Amino acid sequence: MASLKDLRNRISSVKSTQKITKAMQMVAAAKLRRAQDSAQAARPYAQKMAQVMANLANGVVAGPETPKLLIGTGKSDTVLLLVLTADRGLCGGFNTNISRLARERIAALVGEGKDVKIVTVGKKGFDGLKRLHRDRIIASLELKEAASPAELAARVGDQITKLFAEGGFDQCELVSSEFVSVISQKPKARTLIPAREAIDPEAPAPDLKGAIYEYEPDEEAILAEMLPRYVNTVILSAILENAAGEMGARMAAMDNATRNAGELINKLNLQYNRTRQAKITTELTEIISGAEAV
Amino acid sequence: MADKLQFDLVSPEARVFSGEVDMVVVPGSEGDFGVLPGHAPFMSTIRTGTIDVHAENVVTRIFVYGGFAEVTPQGLTILAEETAELATLDAADIRNRLEAAHLRAKDAADDHARETAEAEIVKLETMQAAMELAH
Repeated sequence: MASLKDLRNRISSVKSTQKITKAMQMVAAAKLRRAQDSAQAARPYAQKMAQVMANLANGVVAGPETPKLLIGTGKSDTVLLLVLTADRGLCGGFNTNISRLARERIAALVGEGKDVKIVTVGKKGFDGLKRLHRDRIIASLELKEAASPAELAARVGDQITKLFAEGGFDQCELVSSEFVSVISQKPKARTLIPAREAIDPEAPAPDLKGAIYEYEPDEEAILAEMLPRYVNTVILSAILENAAGEMGARMAAMDNATRNAGELINKLNLQYNRTRQAKITTELTEIISGAEAV
Repeated sequence: MADKLQFDLVSPEARVFSGEVDMVVVPGSEGDFGVLPGHAPFMSTIRTGTIDVHAENVVTRIFVYGGFAEVTPQGLTILAEETAELATLDAADIRNRLEAAHLRAKDAADDHARETAEAEIVKLETMQAAMELAH
């Protein structure tokens, strides 16, 4: 049986934990709003970019001059997995879910006899994969290393396109979290390179009213310039979506923790009061029986 | 002219401009071009410089960095990596940033840092030139 002092200590410790989780929840809620706003603000650009890319990609006939970023190397021997997670934990299953999906993808690809390379963005992704796949991770970045999401996306994108140009891999898949709603995030894997497979064929093409596009400079030159930028844009929107998802997940997790702490406090309080009452009763009984004995 | 041109300027951070205008002059990578309502479908990369937006006899000059322009029958869309309205730019601020960028380029530890710094210098110098032209 715990003594009264032990119980008091435990109650105060749970109370301070509750204060921390409560504060974290509120911070996450505020950050979530900001993250959602910036994800929203980036959307028109990403959409327009996807539309234009779809337009361009459909118009181009694959030839030896066509940028490899668009049509791929024609092989799929080496697959680069770009895993986007958060830097910090305490956000429920957010990071674990992404890492798990990444591990499943790795297992599937290795099962098909493919060579897998990994680039992790976000500290937790590296932590989640280093035990099983340390030798496959070729680079790992942390979110806090870059001044802004845009800069981070540019850095990651440039690194990837450079590696691709050097023949470091044939395909690239992006594993990140899809922001379904504030309380629901779903890990998702999608193809990033070759871009032709990544471009949404459903993207609405503008109605040209029978006219044909003119390109300046020619289509290929535009494509060559646009594709790396397109890759960066996709990465940026994934990073922003991830950030919003992380905050949503943290908010939900901290809300749960706060509630659990509240329940625990109630339980401990009850136990504390019972113990106190029992002690008083015992003392009284002792005094009374002592008095009777005299 | 009754016709108006739908013009959208988007950067990764936000939709900078969206509305109906009379004409837009865009610095294409192979020469400036003006877009009026009813322009043929056209796509071009743009070089760092300023776009002139003509609306209601007022010309707004907006600085753009990197990107491309797309003309469809629906209107003109410019995707730019960075934008800034010329009127809001501060010459002293740009000078300071230019100096900082020069310093960074000199002290750069690796190739990547130097390249970013040099790109920044080019961008800021174009910005400066555009501002001098405007005055």
